[in-house]
Order: sequence, then C-alpha cells, then structure tokens
Amino acid sequence: MAATAVVVPGCERPPPQAANPRPPYLFFNAEDAAFVEAAVARLIPADDAGPGALEAEVPAYIDRQLAGAWGAGGRMYRSGPWLAGTPEQGYQLPFTPAELFKNSLRAIAADVGKSNRGKLSKLEPQEQDAYLRSLENEPRDLGGVPSDVFFQLLLDMTVEGFFADPVYGGNKDMVGWKLVGFPGAYANYYEFVDQHGIRFTRPPMSLGQDAGGTVHLHPVSSPPAAAKGR
Amino acid sequence: MAARRPEVDAVLIGVGLVGTLLGRELTRAGLKVVGLERGEARDTVPDFQGPQVHDELRYAVRKALMSDNAKETLTFRHTSRGTALPVRRWESFLPGSGLGGSIVHWNGQTFRFQEDDFRQRSRLIERYGSKFIPADVTIQDWGVTAAELEPHFDRFEYLLGTSGKAGNLQGKKIPGGNIFEDPRSREYPTPPQKEPYGSAIFRKAADNLGYHTYPQPSCNLSQPYTNPEGLSLKTCTFCGFCERFGCEHFAKSTPLTVLLPVLLKDPNFELRTGCNVLRINLDGARKTATGVTYAGPNGEEVEQPASLVIVGMYAQNNARMLLLSGIGAPYDPATGKGVVGRNYAYQTMSYPQVFFDESININPFMRSGANGTMISDFAGDNFDHGPLGFIGGAYIGEIMTNGRPIGFHPTPPGTPRWGSAWKKAVARHYNHTSTINVHGSSVATRHNYLDLDPTYKDAWGLPLLRMTFDFPENDLRMSAYCTEKAVEIGRSMGGRLVTGAPRKRPYDMTEYQTTHNTGGTIMGTDPSTSVVNRYLQSWDVSNVFVIGASNFPQNGSYNPTDTVGALAYWSADAIVRKYLKSPGPLVPR
Ligand SMILES: Cc1cc2nc3c(=O)[nH]c(=O)nc-3n(C[C@H](O)[C@H](O)[C@H](O)COP(=O)(O)OP(=O)(O)OC[C@H]3O[C@@H](n4cnc5c(N)ncnc54)[C@H](O)[C@@H]3O)c2cc1C
Ligand code: SF4
Repeated sequence: MAATAVVVPGCERPPPQAANPRPPYLFFNAEDAAFVEAAVARLIPADDAGPGALEAEVPAYIDRQLAGAWGAGGRMYRSGPWLAGTPEQGYQLPFTPAELFKNSLRAIAADVGKSNRGKLSKLEPQEQDAYLRSLENEPRDLGGVPSDVFFQLLLDMTVEGFFADPVYGGNKDMVGWKLVGFPGAYANYYEFVDQHGIRFTRPPMSLGQDAGGTVHLHPVSSPPAAAKGR
Repeated sequence: MAARRPEVDAVLIGVGLVGTLLGRELTRAGLKVVGLERGEARDTVPDFQGPQVHDELRYAVRKALMSDNAKETLTFRHTSRGTALPVRRWESFLPGSGLGGSIVHWNGQTFRFQEDDFRQRSRLIERYGSKFIPADVTIQDWGVTAAELEPHFDRFEYLLGTSGKAGNLQGKKIPGGNIFEDPRSREYPTPPQKEPYGSAIFRKAADNLGYHTYPQPSCNLSQPYTNPEGLSLKTCTFCGFCERFGCEHFAKSTPLTVLLPVLLKDPNFELRTGCNVLRINLDGARKTATGVTYAGPNGEEVEQPASLVIVGMYAQNNARMLLLSGIGAPYDPATGKGVVGRNYAYQTMSYPQVFFDESININPFMRSGANGTMISDFAGDNFDHGPLGFIGGAYIGEIMTNGRPIGFHPTPPGTPRWGSAWKKAVARHYNHTSTINVHGSSVATRHNYLDLDPTYKDAWGLPLLRMTFDFPENDLRMSAYCTEKAVEIGRSMGGRLVTGAPRKRPYDMTEYQTTHNTGGTIMGTDPSTSVVNRYLQSWDVSNVFVIGASNFPQNGSYNPTDTVGALAYWSADAIVRKYLKSPGPLVPR
C-alpha cells in the first residue's frame, strides 16, 4: 500500500531538520555549553594534525558524564568533616563533579563578563588561551571551587572525551584514536605481537560495532594470503 | 537482634584469592564451609564479554571493578602528626570487591619471593653486620623459609598455569630464566609468552650491558592449559585490556577461571554474596572466636557461628577486621608496642621512558598484563649493598601492559599540558615510546602503620582504617640507585630521549603505583612483634587464621600474589594436617 501523508489541520509542523549537527545537551544550559565548547576547542584544537575536541563532540561527552551517576558523585566517599588537606591527600571538596562544574561555570560567566569583553566564546583564540591559563595557574575562587581544580577537571574530562569509546558521546568518528593510532576495542593481537615494528593500519573499532561478533583482524599493510583478492 | 544461622565448621571472610583457596582445601578436608563475600557474584560469562569489556573509561578510569568508596574507604596522612583524610576515590591502589577478589582485575605478574626476603633481617646482618639496618627500619624475618614454601609455590603456580622459564631447576642455573631465583622443583607449567617489540629492544640492550635478562613470569597464558582441578585456560591474545579488567578469553588465571567453578559445585561449600562482615565474635574469655556477624544484602545483621574463621579480605582489610574485633594489641607508634597495624609497607616504583624515532612502532596496545623482558640483577639482595648504604632493590624491565590512550599518551618533558603543541606531541610519541618498570621494594619502619580512624566511618557506621605512610629514606636511596641503572639500559636501547626520575617524597595518594599493600597483620616467631605465627594463626585467638599480603613483615622487589598463594596453601596445609587433629595454638606462645 502506498504511504499517504496525513495532515491534521492546525498541526502542521516544519519538517524535522535534516541533520542536527550536535546532540542535545542534558546538563548544560546554553551559556554553560558556549563556555565548554569554546574551552575544549582551545584545550585540544583542530589543526593540521586533525580534528580537535570540539569536532570530536567532547562537550557532549562531558555533558552526559555530568548528567549521570558519576556527575552525581556515584562511588565517591561523601561524608564530612570536609577539610582542605594536602594535594597528596586527594580531592577533599564537598562538591560532586556536577556541583563543581555548575558553581564554577556560574562564577566564570560573571568573571568573564566583568572584563567587558563578554563571553569566552567571543574572545580571540590568544585571549581565550590567556583566560584558561589564568584559571590554571593563578587560582581564584569560583563559587567555592579553586579555579585550578576546575581547570584540571575540565582538562581531564576533555582528554577522556577525546579518547574514550565513542559510545560515550565524544571521540566522534574515533578521531582521537585515529590521531594516535589506537585501534580501539579489538580483542586479539596474538598473530602480530611478535611481528616486531609492524605498522597497524586497520581502522579502529568501537564498542558500538560488531557487538558479540568475532573480530577477525588483519593488518592492512600485510594481508594474509587467504584474504587477498577478496 | 541479629538473626542466627546454623553453626558451620569454617567461615571465610572474603571470597577472593585467599578465600577461594582456603574454601577448596577445607571442603576437601570434609568441613562445612560458608564463604561470605561483600561484593557481587560474577563470572567470565556473561559479565566480562567482548567487546563491552574493552571499555577504558568504565573499567580503567571509573574503576567499575574496584570496591565502592561510597561504602568503604580508608583515611590517609603522611605522619602521625597530621590529620588523616578519606580517600574519596581510589587512585594510588585499587582494592577490588566481588567474587574472586582483586585478582580478577590483576595483571598476572607472578613471582616468588626469595630466601633473602623471608630471612631479610638475619641475612642482612650476616652479610653486612647489624649496624647496616637503620634504627627506624623494623624489617623482620618471616618465620618461614623459601624451601618450606617451595612445594606450595609449585602447587599454586600449577593451579594458575603460570607461563615462564625456570632460571634455577633444583639448583641448576639456567641462562634465559631468572638465574637469581631459589631452586624450583620443576619448570613452569607453560612456556613464556611471546616477546613484544619494546621488550626485544630491552633484551638486546640489557644483554649487551652484561645483565641477565629473562621473560616475565605471567598468568596470561602462553598456550592452552588444564590445571589439576580439571579447569582449562586458553591462550592470551595480548588484548591490551588486562589490569583493571576481567578477561573475556579465559586466558588470565583468577579464582573465576582456575578454582571457583569446582568449589561452587562442592556440597560442603555455601557462597553468600552481598554479605559484609562487620566483626569476628569472641567468647567471654576473648580467646576463642565463636563466628562472625555480617550485614546481609538488605542490611540486616546476621550472626554466623563457626568453629574456624579465615580472614582473607585483602591486606588492609585484614588489619581492619582484627582492630574492629579487638583481636591482638593495636600498634602504638609512640612506644613501638602492640602489633596489629605494625609494619605497613607499600612499593617504590619509578618509570623511565624511552622515546624512539618515528620509524620504530612499539604498538603499545598489543600487550598482555604480564609480558615483558626484565632483569633481577638489582632485585632483593642479588647485588652487593655494602658500599651502597641502603636495603632492598628493584626488578627492572620493559613491561608495558597497554596502550589505552586516556591513561597512556606519553610526551617528553617540556611539552605543554594542552593545546596544539600537546596534541602534536601526543600524536608523535604515542606509538614510539617504551616504558621501563623499576619495581622497588619497601622496608617497614616505625612510622608507617595502620590503625582505626577516630573520625570517619563506613556505610555501616564502623570506623575506617587509617593509614599513616610516607616513603622511607632508605627506599628513596634504593629508588635513586635502581632508577639510574634502568635509565642506563634505556639509553642503550637506542631511543632519541630517555627520561626517568626516582621516587620522591611525599607519597601521593592520587598517583597509581601498585595494589601491593603489605603488612598490618605480620607473621613471625615472636608474639610481641607479630600478629600471626608462622602458620598464619592468630597468636591471641587460635581459631582465627589471617592470610594475605598483610602477613608480609616488609615488601620485597616482586609482586606479591604468588607469595600470597603459597602462604595460603602453607597455612591450609597446617590447618588440615595439624590444627584439625588438635585444635589450639600450633606454636606455643
Ligand atoms: C589493578 C591491580 C593489579 C594487580 N596486579 C598484580 C600483579 O600483576 N601481580 C601480583 O602479584 N599482584 C597483583 N595485584 C595484587 C593481587 O590482586 C592481590 O595480591 C590479591 O588479589 C590478594 O588476594 P586476597 O585474597 O588477599 O585479596 P582479594 O583477592 O582482594 O580478596 C579479598 C576479598 O574479600 C572481600 N571482602 C573485603 N572485606 C570484606 C568484608 N568486610 N566482608 C566480606 N567480604 C569482604 C573483597 O570484596 C574481596 O573479594 C594487583 C591488584 C590490582 C588491584
Ligand atoms: S591481556 Fe591476555 S590475559 Fe589479559 S585480559 Fe587480555 S587476553 Fe586476557
């Protein structure tokens, strides 16, 4: 039967956008997102070595982590008393990662605003770098969070989102893995480990691919005889 | 009031490595045994299946298999003058939880401790004189010899199927194996794993320098193997997801692959998971344990009476259980008196790196948890310490376990921490860098110890364990010496740049070194300086046996688990052959 489009009067909607380039955020508001997008684009920039953290959709990774159990402080010891401690005693703030981000981002919005140059995303790249470096190296208070602690978490999560499996929302098209040559979730290098110095050129594999299937793996640079001509 | 379950012959606190070994030996001897494990029941199928198990973020970064800090952690300070604060997330070491224990997510690096470890104090005095041992260093003899443990090492390695090459077969030295090792009665059950590229480069360099290279003994198997329990292991595929992960391939030896399937079928054995033991119960005279009390899966308290209590909860937890139960006098650093919590020690690691030319593809992702090429020329007392002025040593090897990029993206010193220059450096060096492990020993001192925290509590309202630790002066000197030797080898590996700094103070709880925590319930021959006797029986309560790396009076140069397994079999043998025939102290006090 041929499909017919049924139009209910009064309910006409514009057709869905062909391809929304970015997944919707769960945790960040628009202002948070603008900062994080601008910041990660400086932490791991797109350049002649390849796409950067923004192209890898690292902001989506960070957003989902903060919206989930980890962001809520899951599996973290969260009883007081809360004392500052030494750096070697590890993280001792009462904030969950989500709280830490929210407080910091709110304070940063006011902070960047103060300088009369508006939002981080509006600054020139060098100014953006200078601002990020000031968070990193000249710690100040961001709503109870020392800015270097926030910066470190942002940097750690940017690296995670760039190199984690794409199923978590970052590392889009496995660009992080392609940059360094990490093959991803393959399970078997038995035949290659003693082929010393071999160049492994097979495209990487994500957890999202070939679930449950057996991975037969051959380096493209030296296909086994049986695989030739296929 | 706690519900009371029917009495059994023996109760296991923890069903990790030690619990599983003891469970098997005691049920085999005809005892009714209950195993209480705080974590979940799990198995290779369906819990560790590919590709999902190859998830660096979930397992290595977020540490899915480690114990949940929200429920239980420990507190830490550097000296007894400081305020200990809770370890809110695991970073420096990674104790596990769940059926099979921490060894489910181990690497499989499998070494025997040596005679000069077991008799460390006596040996050093014999060789260098008693002034050689610094005054605040409290190293001791174990009360057991390498020869006594040999049959138990042998049995444990044949259970695991360990891959390796003997260096001393019944006294005959064999080049290509570790010629410094004590005599072993037979070859390893399976041959060594294949040698990866970086290790081959290390081998050539170290051989040229006149050292004695050998393949790292491994519990990632080199070939299929059926163990004496009738369980089969398969060949390791060098998947690069070993430490911190379960093995989908049945290639890594853990209780789940080498023993539990047999134990769980035994009608004398009952496993209860989700059961967190709160204390060992004692009779009125406090000389005999009557059983244990645990919080069941719903939180309800249950009393489990038992004639014999086996404490196998992992090193620090063992010490905590004795402190919570009031068994043995707690150690007091001010007076040096008391024993429980005494002689806590750790490991003193450093990691030189060799940065190669871009034509050298190291392929760091093609690795197993325990394959590399190494030397023991600077381990233990294998070299002359006389002119050097420190105790202990390190094994040195090109031992890389993975190339998972969140955790592994080496850059040379001076590289910015972020930005284009960082990104280029990561891309340039990822596949062209080798890491050398300097796996160093750790002496016990007066100042490093465990006790109960006065402030912080676990989810059941019980005090957390408090750890007071910093690197001893002795170990910093050891690390400086051994790291320099490793850097020399690194230089002759032909890299463009070799980096490497020895371990420094202060100890940093946020940096992973190893999960090789030792001491706290140490073994010995004198009840005033040890918690358990040479059979790992409590000096104070003779129907309690405490087993684990907590028995080590100090830590050696090697990874602990082979020695933990041998001690477990040694203790089980004493229980079955001596204790059950006439319950009571096996060594008079
Ligand atoms: C990441 C990592 C890598 C490692 N790699 C190596 C290596 O390569 N080579 C090596 O030699 N060693 C290695 N180890 C160390 C090895 O895992 C341990 O030596 C070994 O597991 C110790 O065995 P155990 O029985 O004492 O403790 P575990 O195996 O940890 O078992 C203890 C069990 O007790 C349970 N438990 C604790 N408290 C309670 C309670 N209150 N009630 C009930 N149950 C409880 C725990 O949940 C756990 O299951 C590694 C460890 C880690 C974490
Ligand atoms: S490296 Fe080998 S033993 Fe370790 S998880 Fe992978 S296949 Fe298993």
